[in-house]
Amino acid sequence: MHQINCPWCGPRDENEFSYQGDANCRIATQSKAPEEIEDLLYFRPNPKGLHKEYWHHVSGCRQYIIVERHTLTHEIRSARLARSPQNQEQS
Amino acid sequence: MASYRIQNGGAIDRARPVKFRFDGKSYTGFDGDTLASALMANGVSLLGRSFKYHRPRGLVTLGSAEPNALAEIGEGARREANVQMTMVELHDGLIAQSQNRFPSLRFDLMSVNQLFSKFLVAGFYYKSFMWPSAFWEPVYEKIIRRAAGLGRAAEGPDSDHYEHRHIHCDVLVIGAGLAGISAAQTAAAAGSRVLMLEEHAWLGGVSAYDDDPVDFTAQLDGRDDLQILRRTTALGIYDHNVVLALERSGDHLGEIADGHPRQRLWIIRPKQIVVAAGALERPITFDNNDKPGVMLSSAARGLANRFAVAAGKDVVILAADDTAYEVAADLHAKGIKISAIADMRDQIPSFARAQIPENIRVIEAAQPIKALGRTCVRGLRLKHAGSVENVKCDAILLAGGYNPNVHLLSHAGSAPVWKEEIHAFVPADTSGPIWAAGACRGIFDASACRVDGEVAGANAAMAAGFPFGVKSLGPVLESRATLDRLHVSGKGKAFVDFQNDVTEFDVRLAAQEGYQSVEHLKRYTTLGMATDQGKTSSVNGLSVLADALGKDISDVGTTRFRPPYTPTAIGAFAGHARGRDFQPIRKTAFHHCHEDLGAVFVEVGQWLRPRYYPQAGEDIFSAIKREAKAVRTSVGVCDVSTLGKIELFGPDAAKFLNRLYINNWMKLAVGKARYGVMLREDGCLLDDGTTSRLAEDHFFMTCTTANAARVLAHMDYASQILFPEMDVGFCSATEQWCGLALAGPNSRKVLGGLFQDLDVSDEAFPFMGVRETEFDGMPARIFRISFSGELAYEINTHWGCAAALWEKLQAAGQSFGLTPYGSEALGVLRIEKGHVAGSEIDGRTTAKDVGLGGMMAKKDCIGKAMAMRPGMVDEKRPALIGLKPVNRADRLRGGAHFVSPHDVGVSKPVQSLGWVSSVADSPNLGHWIGLGFIEGGQSRIGERAMCVYPLKDEAVEVEICNPCFFDPDGERLRG
Ligand SMILES: [Zn+2]
Repeated sequence: MHQINCPWCGPRDENEFSYQGDANCRIATQSKAPEEIEDLLYFRPNPKGLHKEYWHHVSGCRQYIIVERHTLTHEIRSARLARSPQNQEQS
Repeated sequence: MASYRIQNGGAIDRARPVKFRFDGKSYTGFDGDTLASALMANGVSLLGRSFKYHRPRGLVTLGSAEPNALAEIGEGARREANVQMTMVELHDGLIAQSQNRFPSLRFDLMSVNQLFSKFLVAGFYYKSFMWPSAFWEPVYEKIIRRAAGLGRAAEGPDSDHYEHRHIHCDVLVIGAGLAGISAAQTAAAAGSRVLMLEEHAWLGGVSAYDDDPVDFTAQLDGRDDLQILRRTTALGIYDHNVVLALERSGDHLGEIADGHPRQRLWIIRPKQIVVAAGALERPITFDNNDKPGVMLSSAARGLANRFAVAAGKDVVILAADDTAYEVAADLHAKGIKISAIADMRDQIPSFARAQIPENIRVIEAAQPIKALGRTCVRGLRLKHAGSVENVKCDAILLAGGYNPNVHLLSHAGSAPVWKEEIHAFVPADTSGPIWAAGACRGIFDASACRVDGEVAGANAAMAAGFPFGVKSLGPVLESRATLDRLHVSGKGKAFVDFQNDVTEFDVRLAAQEGYQSVEHLKRYTTLGMATDQGKTSSVNGLSVLADALGKDISDVGTTRFRPPYTPTAIGAFAGHARGRDFQPIRKTAFHHCHEDLGAVFVEVGQWLRPRYYPQAGEDIFSAIKREAKAVRTSVGVCDVSTLGKIELFGPDAAKFLNRLYINNWMKLAVGKARYGVMLREDGCLLDDGTTSRLAEDHFFMTCTTANAARVLAHMDYASQILFPEMDVGFCSATEQWCGLALAGPNSRKVLGGLFQDLDVSDEAFPFMGVRETEFDGMPARIFRISFSGELAYEINTHWGCAAALWEKLQAAGQSFGLTPYGSEALGVLRIEKGHVAGSEIDGRTTAKDVGLGGMMAKKDCIGKAMAMRPGMVDEKRPALIGLKPVNRADRLRGGAHFVSPHDVGVSKPVQSLGWVSSVADSPNLGHWIGLGFIEGGQSRIGERAMCVYPLKDEAVEVEICNPCFFDPDGERLRG
């Protein structure tokens, strides 16, 4: 049972979150080529190691958190708000 | 039967006798006994029958590693199978039954399995029950289930209740033996909050089996910095070091007080963990080593010292380890006759020998050949100094050395490593956040365990943020001499795994047949796969495998241990989340109004919605017809409070809606509502609903009951991740506004009677208009929207005003015969109009499929590019149509498939042309109608098709038609 350190709410139990998948697959605009969107939607890497992924604090502050989690050990390296400016610049 | 109770001593209360029943017979034990010790005291040593061969079995251990002494405890719905008698505290009225025997424990017919044992060797399931496959269910499975099984399941739903508790602590100590107690005391002294778990009702671990044990209760109980949970087993260590533990809080009580749980599941989130789980003694493998009377030497010692029970009148200790001599000394002191210590080693350390009186016979370099006796042990045949001797005895105590209990430590992921000095596996990494102390990491000496516990406790406290003077004393390893070869091959059955009846021969056979990896061996022979998870068998099995393969045991490795550590009732995991309490029930503000009318409810998600309102003498069909007809002829009222409601604010609210919905929202006027459709990122339909503009920067969205939570999460995603630059905020208002739909030709008159200040004329309040007003001094919103296709309004007001609104509406509607209608009639009305709902928006369909492709505006929106892919706009995709039976008396079925007429009645698989999604027996048309999806969609209107429903063996000829059956031009709703 993971414990995620929500930037708003502090350390909270995994039960309060809903997993929302790979955080490297933002499709903000539909003007991309369909093949590119298809890649983002259906061909997602499944790395053994650190993975950036969205966790929605759905039973808490309702913020999307970008969690950096090790897929083998479940160690959580970082948890940041998805909407913070530096995260938007990256994608 | 002879009593095996020792006259003096023990931690039993002789002033408090306890009566209990085993296999229908009454016995008496004492307070402080376990079921196992009480039966042994009464001379009952045959406690069960084995799994495969139905061989007689007796006690092996005193704790949760017990493989043999399993019983059914309790009766009826409370009966629990496969309970270890060693873990059952005796209490008045306890009822236990032996298991896996027919008709009785002494005389078991299934023990003929032993005669067929040549066919029941390793992998016998795979070999014997392979062919033909059609035999599996009717023949083989029945044979296997009868022959091989343990206890019977309970006869009804579990009538006990279980609770969950969550707890945080700085340091969790698992095991209150000497190492655990030292660790807990040290960590508490450092100032950390400590929680300690102990499986038994008493503290002290193996030291509680000493003749005069230290009473730790006084120094440990009632402290603020140290909480102890007794009768609590740590089941597993999970991700992020969460520990699940089961407290058997009620099992030792004859009766559980009302409102108290039988068991409590603790969900523990510690900062640091000290595992002090002790060690388990290992058996020695030789022929007939499973007879009742063969047990571990530690069990015999504990029986004598703690429970004042003699394991036998005349015992032989089969030794491969120095600890045999401590046991001998203790038993001798209790007056138990020791015929011999048969030591398998060539050389016996003098310090070991010095512990026992000189008159006890010690046989050096003894080789056990077999245990003698028909049902129970009558002697031990052994070879020594070149000759064979039968030593008479009624118990054989096995001292095979100790295996550190590495189960919990390996749950966390680290594989144990072989330690040659002690001939045992030890945890590889014990340096935090999961620390290990004492015997579970191979430190067996009592004083060394205390020091090791202090070091681990101080380390754990420090890592949790409570620095303390850490003693930098390294682990002390006592010199111990243990034989590493604990198996002796004979001609008979030498058991490695008692519970799953795996013999040494099975392990060798598996190795010979190529199952040489430990994981393969485990699955092929079932070694270590029983409810005891191989606590006593695993290392011995590995040792035989290593021998058979000519390898070192360290190269063979271990299988992975998995939680739970001990068998656990499913009820404990479910806790209170069972039956009606599985999830919350949501009721609308009008719930009691519906109840007063005798409504029948249906669950939609967690909501209870009125399904229909039967009147006297009405069945469901006539009620639905009456309600649906009332809406078309006069006026009906329906509770729509469960619809998801979301308020949106901000200068970019319209822009945001434009990205969510496929249609355009920029030009929607204030005071107007619009129907919208939204897509998932993959282009399939997500949801639909009506959204209104209440101000330039204020919108009010509705979504379907079932999808409300999903839509809100989708909007969070869109606003936080996709379009963070948009200035828009929103929140759920589902539980703030209650809502009623007022539908039917007379709805305007009823509305006008209710809101007398409001101009309800068509000119002042046109179709898709929205008006804000007041009801009872509270804000109210009225939307002229329609799902039924009639002139209709939705009235929303404050959730708390529901009762008043319902009452006043009844008064205003009385003269028009205002009829409440439920979700069934609502379904009929929308199918008559061809409006899509959840059965059509089923996660596979597109806007184009349901005939709403024309709504797609020339702008960017979520899912648009994917919805435009060639496969998603293919004209051949099944698209929405209506259908009616050619023979108007025929019934339609939801879920039926369209097939070509010459495929009807064909037994081979046929091509489906589409499916029927919704059906209704339309009271306004007088026959069944349906909505469905068929290849070619609207181009097939006017054609006929066959509709098959194989579940009921039905085939109905239908006519494909426009999905809107009623008032296709919408004159009624604009009227
Ligand atoms: Zn939060």
